[in-house]
Amino acid sequence: MTNFRTSVIQLDRPGDPSVFDDAARADAAAIIARYPEGQARSALLPMLHLVQSVQSQITPDGIAFCADQLGLTKAQVAAVATFYTMYKRTPTGEYLVSVCTNTLCGVLGGDEIFAALKDELGIGNNGTTADGKITLEHAECLAACDYAPVVTVNYEFFDNQTVGSARTVVSQLRNGERPEPTRGAPLCSFKQISRQIAGFFDDENAIAADANGTGVPTEVGVKLALDRGETAPSYAVSSGSSSTPAPATDAPHPSGQTSAHDEPLTTHKSDPNGGPTAEAKGPARPAAKRSPRKAAPKAGETTEPTLFSDDESTED
Amino acid sequence: MPLSPVLTKRFGTDQPWKIDNYERLDGYAGLRKALSMQPDELISLVKDSNLRGRGGAGFPTGMKWSFIPQGDGKPHYVVVNADEGEPGTCRDLPLMMNDPHALIEGILIACYAVRAEHAFIYIRGEAVHAIRRVTQAVVEARRKGYIGRNVLGSGLDVEITVHGGAGAYICGEETALLDSLEGRRGQPRLKPPFPATNGLYDAPTVVNNVGTLASVPGIVLGGADWFKEMGPEGSPGPNMYSLSGRVANPGQYEAPMGTTLRELLEMAGGMSRGKELKFWTPGGSSTPLFTQEHLDTPLDFDAAVKAGSMNGTSAVMIFDEDDCVVRAVKKWSEFYKHESCGKCTPCREGTYWYVGIYERLEAGDASMEDVATLLDLSDNILGRSFCALGDGATSPVSSSIKYFRDEYLAHINGQGCPLAPSKSGQGTKTLAGAH
Repeated sequence: MTNFRTSVIQLDRPGDPSVFDDAARADAAAIIARYPEGQARSALLPMLHLVQSVQSQITPDGIAFCADQLGLTKAQVAAVATFYTMYKRTPTGEYLVSVCTNTLCGVLGGDEIFAALKDELGIGNNGTTADGKITLEHAECLAACDYAPVVTVNYEFFDNQTVGSARTVVSQLRNGERPEPTRGAPLCSFKQISRQIAGFFDDENAIAADANGTGVPTEVGVKLALDRGETAPSYAVSSGSSSTPAPATDAPHPSGQTSAHDEPLTTHKSDPNGGPTAEAKGPARPAAKRSPRKAAPKAGETTEPTLFSDDESTED
Repeated sequence: MPLSPVLTKRFGTDQPWKIDNYERLDGYAGLRKALSMQPDELISLVKDSNLRGRGGAGFPTGMKWSFIPQGDGKPHYVVVNADEGEPGTCRDLPLMMNDPHALIEGILIACYAVRAEHAFIYIRGEAVHAIRRVTQAVVEARRKGYIGRNVLGSGLDVEITVHGGAGAYICGEETALLDSLEGRRGQPRLKPPFPATNGLYDAPTVVNNVGTLASVPGIVLGGADWFKEMGPEGSPGPNMYSLSGRVANPGQYEAPMGTTLRELLEMAGGMSRGKELKFWTPGGSSTPLFTQEHLDTPLDFDAAVKAGSMNGTSAVMIFDEDDCVVRAVKKWSEFYKHESCGKCTPCREGTYWYVGIYERLEAGDASMEDVATLLDLSDNILGRSFCALGDGATSPVSSSIKYFRDEYLAHINGQGCPLAPSKSGQGTKTLAGAH
């Protein structure tokens, strides 16, 4: 097994930052603008994700690009790029399949799944299929233990996996299909997801952001509390300020005088067939989740910015 | 103890992550109230509530805020530690997915209290779903005037930057996180000085966990006494317990601090496959293992320590009689080895040695001397590194030998794992060769 931490990025050439075009330079500037004046180096981690959104790995070109943009030496950039697991040293496939093999997922089946996918794809840890479709890795804890065992594809979750279901996901990917993740957004390519991790959300991602992204284990406790009629102690909301606007008229807790703690929220009970289980699967809002991207507003067509587009602005 | 949803109270309602829905359910009422108070009053309120940091260490939040020097002429920062990665821990991500505005509201109140004008939310890079959700929430909050200049006409100026990490468990350690946020390798700093005086960009900085900050709006609205109605006086409040593993209904159960595993198991429908509970973590893999004898130990910051472990992140991973403790600890050790940043020799080398010994144990090639070496290594790692990663790595090793020495010996005497694959059920079959 490759020791990922000690394997090296090939730095056998100086790197050519001009591989990155003007758009990438504009994106780099937008990242730098998120941080306080004089603190441009904070942009390095997102900028390395941006590099991967262009090249699917960290190359000497990407290192030279970041060094150029930030006024760092290439050695300083390379030191950072080699520290973090998500920066890849070889070309990443269109889909990065990560199998959690930390203890909890591993014991519940993750080890078997990882072994099966290695077998299925004929590659080892950090290997990529010959067609460039899939890179396989084992991952450390992905913070979804209540959905164990989990597999992610380009970091989108496939929960409660079995050897069979994971094999199916992988063969769909190889066939050019994009199976729907259990939670989160529809799949995109590794380069596209790298762009999102760098903090760029283009309009199709706005729809993805509305996708449910929750599931049964997340809501199991609150649902049980509803069933049992158990609540936290109540308090009166006395925000007091006369500037408090009147809550919307359809507020479940009218007038804002009574706290939500007074009684459990009633969503589940008011919709006996559509509790969290049904919601989690996503049929409640198929249009939001599945509809093809809305037509992006043309520049100047509307004053309402595209969702996320004003994130980089730090000015009113 | 009854369930007490506060942080999770909006979970399962209609798209609670949307700002309009959030506002209908008390959202941003805490901020409005906070802005009508003096900043120092808020710090006192949080101190009085005895809110302790939900990120694992349990440090009193109000005290942390009070350490920020005021009138020093330097910029102040609030940094949110959303680099959730402690094995077993899975509550910050659902919190950010379902209720991102609770986090943002908590951040804004914290900024007002410590007089910070810029906050950063450091979300682990793999959690792109949470990065997406929180980024969207920040955009929504900015549009409504909660973020930006002169928040709600109060004169408060606050910017919030969402920052994605790049896959390094160590960045959950607050000073490593700050180095990472500054664009460096995520390696911990020597403390003191503490972030409260020399944090991000060498300026006074509050570093708080997601759950900690999300707890703040409720404290502002309900008051310190309301918060202390739940759980023990010294470690109060509602707490998200994350149950995973061999349990019938894994998931998030929010109950007062001090709830016991017996109570949690009752809520979660008991064990998952009719087997006996064998070992469990009260707060992630860095907290020493508990066993059946700790079923009635109150899980709060003080009582868990008294019983020989820690509350940590309340990540309760549950294993049953057919799960091999040696295998479990081996895999955790591999994790610590991979995630050790390499700065401190005891941690870097010690975790490497752990893994080698556990490989021999699983293969049936280990000797009694190896078990003694594990304990010796643990002695040499614990307390001898800059940060708690090395300490955490020793927890499962030392505690498993303490409670399950016989199982270690069986691996030696029995030439490998005594839990036959046929008995171990799913998930262990492929390891038959390795065992």
